[in-house]
Amino acid sequence: MASMNMIQAINSAMDVMMARDDSVVIFGEDVGYFGGVFRCTAGLQKKYGKTRVFDTPIAEGGILGTAIGMGVYGLRPVAEIQFADYIYPAFDQLVSEAARLRYRSGGEFWAPITVRAPCGGGIFGGQTHSQSPEGIFTHVCGLKTVMPSNPYDAKGLLIAAIEDDDPVMFFEPKRIYNGPFDGHHDRPLTPWAKHPAGEVPEGYYRIELGKAAVARPGTQATVITYGTMVHVCLKAVEESGVDAEVIDLRTLLPVDLDCIVESVSRTGRCVIVHEATHTGGYGAELSALVQEHCFWHLEAPIERVTGWDTPYPHALEWAYFPGPDRVAKALKRVMES
Amino acid sequence: MTRKKRQQSADTPPHLQLHVPEPAARPGQAPDFSKLEIPPAGVLPQPPVDAPEPELRVFPFGLIRVLDDAHQAVGAWDPQLPVATLREGLRHMLLTRTFDDRMLRVQRQGKTSFYMKSTGEEAVAVAQAYALDPKDMLFPSYRQQGLLIARNWPLLDMMCQIFNNSRDRLKGRQLPIMYSSKEAGFFSISGNLGTQLPQAVGWAMASAIRHDTRIAAGWIGDGTTAEADFHYAMTFAAVYQAPVILNVVNNQWAISSFQGFAGGERATFAARAIGSGIPGLRVDGNDFLAVYAVTRWAAARARRNLGPTLIELFTYRAAAHSTSDDPAAYRPQDEGAKWPLGDPIERLKQHLIKLKAWDEKRHAELTKELDEKVKADLKEAESYGTLGSVPVAPDSMFEDVFKDMPPHLERQRRELLGN
Repeated sequence: MASMNMIQAINSAMDVMMARDDSVVIFGEDVGYFGGVFRCTAGLQKKYGKTRVFDTPIAEGGILGTAIGMGVYGLRPVAEIQFADYIYPAFDQLVSEAARLRYRSGGEFWAPITVRAPCGGGIFGGQTHSQSPEGIFTHVCGLKTVMPSNPYDAKGLLIAAIEDDDPVMFFEPKRIYNGPFDGHHDRPLTPWAKHPAGEVPEGYYRIELGKAAVARPGTQATVITYGTMVHVCLKAVEESGVDAEVIDLRTLLPVDLDCIVESVSRTGRCVIVHEATHTGGYGAELSALVQEHCFWHLEAPIERVTGWDTPYPHALEWAYFPGPDRVAKALKRVMES
Repeated sequence: MTRKKRQQSADTPPHLQLHVPEPAARPGQAPDFSKLEIPPAGVLPQPPVDAPEPELRVFPFGLIRVLDDAHQAVGAWDPQLPVATLREGLRHMLLTRTFDDRMLRVQRQGKTSFYMKSTGEEAVAVAQAYALDPKDMLFPSYRQQGLLIARNWPLLDMMCQIFNNSRDRLKGRQLPIMYSSKEAGFFSISGNLGTQLPQAVGWAMASAIRHDTRIAAGWIGDGTTAEADFHYAMTFAAVYQAPVILNVVNNQWAISSFQGFAGGERATFAARAIGSGIPGLRVDGNDFLAVYAVTRWAAARARRNLGPTLIELFTYRAAAHSTSDDPAAYRPQDEGAKWPLGDPIERLKQHLIKLKAWDEKRHAELTKELDEKVKADLKEAESYGTLGSVPVAPDSMFEDVFKDMPPHLERQRRELLGN
């Protein structure tokens, strides 16, 4: 075991996989010699050579178009999109190509690509470095969508994503790269070194895609969340005094419905939290699933706490970011119903 | 100041005017190819395959031709193919056309929903397939059925896909003619335009990463050069010197939009290569020998680690874009017949006759033989069903979305089946 932050854990996952499987290649903007703007690929080019870890032109559609071709050849490409906000030029290659290739070819061709993309706000990145577009990808048949909330999960999930024979969108909440940010931006950040999930095995291990984790067991309500918001919700539970269970989905698609249904059926109250915008967001899907599968157990209307339906406003970051106060208020509302 | 009073002088700029391209002729007008510059066959030299790109900049603006107007092979680009290969090429082109004609009729009979012919462009696919190694990977657009036919892929399999019948390997999921054959090295046709070009580059990069010997080739049309994917492919191919051949089939028409709407009025499509530092070759796409020769040159260059080549295949889409449009609504009806570079099958036929290796009688016999072969295959294909006549198991639609069916799809599958 070693103490790792999320960047080091992600780096370790790729290091382990490159050593185990020579078909793994890594590329993206600034990922080669420099090691990535967030340092996630630091040292890998030096270790594995520049035909396995290399820089690319600034062309996300080209990065993922070539990744698909490499996947069809038989490689296992891990492509970095520098910020999730930059992924849209590659949308066609993901939606029309990567996601549908196995289907449209009757199972003859597929591209086992992993697309890593730092996402989320809270870093004063403005509207082009703060977005959480994960919900868009859960709406695309044929893509798996993952978002870890801590170093231990990040490594195990990334290894599972790289080994997966389907295309996987792997979103990394950059606000928690260095520590479990709980939404209190005016307080010092606790580093991962002081968190149990910062203890990460140095070797190979997997966390199966499609399995949620219970971040905090509870009896009075269920909070369904993922990514940075796991830590915000844990803080909100603590501050609200409600004994709520916090589910960290880890994989958004396929979603761990059994875990959700078991918990909400038991608690009867549900709050869904994500940083992404509200309308048509992934929380709407979660809300619908809870309604379909747990309606007769519900004691209160389902609450959603999300980013507002606006672009991410630079100077108004903390008015936008769904912090622990908003989550705590929602918890109190479901308890009062 | 009123417009009337405004004085035009050297220091008063004129009113701006938007240029909207217009083809040389529209329906009811005589076809007009007076602006096409068609150099004689045999005039361009063949450079060594390792010639540096800056020495090749005449080629994007020229037109490599081997077969002259008297049907003789002339000049440095003559690949000097044995007559047996030429006869085989003629056979594959004629088979492609026969197949197209028959399948169009089948679509008109309502036995399938859609078809796209490659009439007039048979030399592009067939000669290029001949010039490549059978193990090279092909990333086609939707009008290179000749690649599969030249690789001797069974017509029966193609027909079953067109009918979405019980023998359709793609399980009724794809629009007719969107073939896929891993065994033939023929990548699944997307139906989206241009996405396959950066994928071809990626495949070629992987081949280089793995120190393989196989190269890749991709095809798009003139219209699709306007898509970002073309630019991605060119940039990545140039940056990594990928062993890939990028083909632009300039057949003059993108549905109803002539190639001027892709920028063809200002420069050739082959000239797009110059800005990327990639060799650009422009070839008479209706000249089997010239198409073979340039593709062979580009393949040799790629195999020797000398990087990509862009080939513009200058041809004419003689038929409709697809069964969903009528060209009489947007271009002169006899434009194809007047195409100055003729018909690829007729030209190779005449060349073989000139070589005394072919005659009209043998051609008529071959035509009949191929027609009978297509009819026999069609009869068998129809015995496995035509579109809608043999229902595909409905729950098969949930297979292959993912490698393993996740729980939500399993639930939906059960719902569809009513249990």
